[in-house]
Amino acid sequence: MEEAVPLKKENGKTVMVALFQSQENIVGEVVIEPIHGKKVEHNGIKIELLGQIELYFDRGNFYDFTSLVRELDVPGELYERKTYPFEFSTVEMPYESYNGVNVRLRYILKVTISRNYVSNIVEYQDFVVRNYTPPPSINNSIKVVDKLIRKDIFPLKLNYTSMEVGIEDCLHIEFEYSKSKYHLKDVIVGKIYFLLVRIKLKNMELEIRRRESTGSGPNTYVETETLAKFELMDGAPVRDGPGISLTRATSNAFAGESIPIRLFLSPYELTPTYRNINNKFSVKYYLNLVLVDEEDRRYFKQQEITVYRLLESS
Amino acid sequence: MIADGVEDEEKWLAAGIAGLQQNAFYMHRALDSNNLRDALKYSAQMLSELRTSRLSPHKYYELYMRAFDELRKLEMFFKEETRRGCSIIDLYELVQHAGNILPRLYLLCTVGCVYIKTKEAPAKDVLKDLVEMCRGIQHPVRGLFLRSYLAQVSRDKLPDIGSEYEGDADSVVDAVEFVLQNFTEMNKLCYTACQSFILLADPELRLAVGLSGLQGPAREKEKREKERSELRDLVGKNLHVLGQIEGVDLDMYKDTVLPRVLEQVVNCKDELAQYYLMDCIIQVFPDEYHLQTLDVLLGAFPQLQPTVDIKTVLSRLMERLSNYAASSADVLPEFLQVEAFSKLNNAIGKVIEAQPDMPTLGVITLYSSLLTFTLHVHPERLDYADQVLGACVKKLSGKGKLQDNKATKQIVALLSAPLEKYNDIVTALKLSNYPRMMEYLDSETNKVMATVIIQSIMKNKTRISTADRVEALFELIKGLIKDLDGSPDDEVDEDDFKEEQNSVARLIQMLYNDDPEEMFKIICTVRKHILAGGPKRLPFTVPPLVYSSLKLVRQLQSQEENPFGEEESTTPKKIFQLLNQTVETLSNVPAPELALQLYLQCAEAANDCDLEPVAYEFFTQAYILYEEEISDSRAQVTAIHLIIGTLQRMHVFGVENRDTLTHKATGYSAKLLKKPDQCRAVYACSHLFWVDDQDNIKDGERVLLCLKRALRIANAAQQMSNAARGSTGSVTLFVEILNKYLYFYEKGNPQINVAAIQSLIELITTEMQSETSTPDPAADAFFASTLRYIEFQKQKGGAVGEKYEPIKV
Repeated sequence: MEEAVPLKKENGKTVMVALFQSQENIVGEVVIEPIHGKKVEHNGIKIELLGQIELYFDRGNFYDFTSLVRELDVPGELYERKTYPFEFSTVEMPYESYNGVNVRLRYILKVTISRNYVSNIVEYQDFVVRNYTPPPSINNSIKVVDKLIRKDIFPLKLNYTSMEVGIEDCLHIEFEYSKSKYHLKDVIVGKIYFLLVRIKLKNMELEIRRRESTGSGPNTYVETETLAKFELMDGAPVRDGPGISLTRATSNAFAGESIPIRLFLSPYELTPTYRNINNKFSVKYYLNLVLVDEEDRRYFKQQEITVYRLLESS
Repeated sequence: MIADGVEDEEKWLAAGIAGLQQNAFYMHRALDSNNLRDALKYSAQMLSELRTSRLSPHKYYELYMRAFDELRKLEMFFKEETRRGCSIIDLYELVQHAGNILPRLYLLCTVGCVYIKTKEAPAKDVLKDLVEMCRGIQHPVRGLFLRSYLAQVSRDKLPDIGSEYEGDADSVVDAVEFVLQNFTEMNKLCYTACQSFILLADPELRLAVGLSGLQGPAREKEKREKERSELRDLVGKNLHVLGQIEGVDLDMYKDTVLPRVLEQVVNCKDELAQYYLMDCIIQVFPDEYHLQTLDVLLGAFPQLQPTVDIKTVLSRLMERLSNYAASSADVLPEFLQVEAFSKLNNAIGKVIEAQPDMPTLGVITLYSSLLTFTLHVHPERLDYADQVLGACVKKLSGKGKLQDNKATKQIVALLSAPLEKYNDIVTALKLSNYPRMMEYLDSETNKVMATVIIQSIMKNKTRISTADRVEALFELIKGLIKDLDGSPDDEVDEDDFKEEQNSVARLIQMLYNDDPEEMFKIICTVRKHILAGGPKRLPFTVPPLVYSSLKLVRQLQSQEENPFGEEESTTPKKIFQLLNQTVETLSNVPAPELALQLYLQCAEAANDCDLEPVAYEFFTQAYILYEEEISDSRAQVTAIHLIIGTLQRMHVFGVENRDTLTHKATGYSAKLLKKPDQCRAVYACSHLFWVDDQDNIKDGERVLLCLKRALRIANAAQQMSNAARGSTGSVTLFVEILNKYLYFYEKGNPQINVAAIQSLIELITTEMQSETSTPDPAADAFFASTLRYIEFQKQKGGAVGEKYEPIKV
């Protein structure tokens, strides 16, 4: 075993388990030692490598997307401690281990000692798979221009819907993130430009939201979690009096206020983006820019980002 | 309601401090146990107290200062951490994980400083990052304090020239860029803060202000103004930092610093802030830079808000430049090179145009500063000074006399400046606009100004030596010389008036030229002016003029030996004629005693010039005055003694004239009202007949007559006294007469003999012992000392002793 990583078990305890990635050889030994002085009769011993997806709304049913078997012993009797080496060569493990809200993807090694008349002896060992990707060749910046924000930002409270028109003339911002794809230890860098501010903003936050969807068709379950709330701005570049437009183009020293964004992803427990894993589930990440005004009305704009696990070249 | 607001604020501050201290305590514990994670956690929580919106800037500052102190400890810890091997880059990232922006940025600035110190990254990059990241705080007060923190902690870490953080070429540019950017941002925040100031205060206050309209209670307004100025101080600190960056040379200042700073100042559009920042610029940067960038700097003034107190700022600028010019003569060519004067002059013109509401006071203040400037920088360019005055006159024209007290004071200051500078009114007299300027003063101030001018002349002992200048000078001080139209006479304080006229009198004495021709012209000029002064002034102004003229007479007299003497047009005769007319004017006042005195002075001068008719004429005038004008008995006594004294010294008169005059004088003496006065005048007349150094006037007989007459009068006086009061009164008169006897006896008057003296002594002794006499210690002492004198003379021996020997005491 090369590396151990923590894994949260169903009972809430964290244990250290082996870490693999796809195409690796999974090599090991199974040691069986009967209780002293007793013999164990069996109909054969096998080890299986299973990749399973478990949907919580369908608890108990596992979808094995990978299943490999190695026979360790022919039927016979065991008198004493015996060691069986095993090897699964270049195992295809396309999906990463994942422990979500409504879904779990796990890899296990399952050793079965088959017996007649009495129940089989079964032992499981979890391991974790992580797959690395090289940096994407295309990684465009995300740029949201004013038209979008004007149309899309609206107060969450329904009774403010009527203000939508008003907002068009009140708030005019532009923002951009330097990339659309981020690795897990990446930094989100960007800028927000305030072009027209006539509402009294209190602050602005950047949220990282995870959207996990499971199932398909009418049985689709969507769960959204906010993993990070990161304050970007305290107060707002408000200019007094109506009609003062802050355009980035003018040379006016007061115009074109820009607020920097720099958010380190490392403190947050992110996973890579998973798209349609075995037709069972997807995990997607979004950056949600939230503006809060002095009356606590919230205006937001959400952008999807892709998260990947960077293959470190070293 | 407001009181509640203030109380609440105190409460919030106390709560903030408590929260801050609690977290600081946990932070210290984490620092002590080298627990970085906890240290970051608690420091962030501690800094969260600064996120409050409930405190006014003043109270917020208190909280901020406490956090500031705690952050110093944290900084030390970070330093140690890096020494222990913790990567500063990791640390720099780690603090940025904080979810709340304000604590995050305070921590970032703190770590950033350590980062610069480790020199693992160029200072400029770290600073640039910090100043950029701080944009996240747009809340005006919180932003201002954060940026002020940044400015504070970074000021010793700028990549300045000579600094250990100096990077590769042009790193000063980065340092300047950093400070400028921070300044720009703070300026914007400050602007917002000032604009929305009411909203920053607590809700109670907001309500209170809302209720009472925008002005708010005066106390609240004052409080807000104070807090605004405190905020501006935070902004201004950046300019101080800029001023301290060694590497800012003139070119950089000219090309980068000044334009950027001015752009901010112009854009901030807040009158108080603009005033404050302009003042900061002027105070912070070297004079030399100001001089070389005068165009740019002055160009900004007309762009400021019309209500900005530009005059003060500009005045300070000119004051600084003036001092700079005064500091060393080497810098003067620079002033010429950049044409500082014309630039300032233009700028002032433009500012006045741009601010039509500027009060006259402001206008005058500006010109006054400009004048001071040009006097310091171009003392030789009188035309500049005149130009300034001219411009000022132009601005004032059409406004009539100034009513504003302060403005007139300022004009006085303006007009005094050249006097102080040149120490010489003569120079000021060359300024054609000078008198025009004075037109704008009310008569009261005009007088003040005139007094200032005179004092200047006195102080510097300036000699005004040509008639033209005298003419100009009197034009300037005409407020003192004559009643200006419409001046309310009755308001003038008697003492002040005397003071003023005395100073004019002193001034007249200062007008002098060695050349009699010119001096005569001066006298004529002065005469022309003072005669216009009216009866109240003449008693003050005529005497100095008369004495001045007499001085000229004496001068001519002493020069008489020179060959041109006869050809000169200025002759004593001519002067005397003038004098006669001058003194005559006093009769209109009327001031007969004074006139009489002056006539006698003139007579004496004429005597010295051997001009008998002239002297006689003066005496005649004096006698006429005595007869016709002087009726007060006391004045008569004084006058008669003056007449006698003067007449005694006259040697120019022939026997006939002298007799006439002497006779008259004796007659006047005998006609005085009081007996003692009569007595004294009569024995004084005895001297008219006995002049020591003139052998032709030694008429012993008439001397004796006079003395005898005096004795008779003294006797009569005693009897009168006896009749009226029952006591004979003092023997003083007798003793006085005895002294006269002794005098003439000693001088060898044959008519005065021992017997006469002896009997007089006896008379006095008897009188003193008589029962009816009033004891008079003064008279007794006088008599005793007279007797002692006789004894003394006896003991001298020789001719004198012999002479006194027969007198028995």
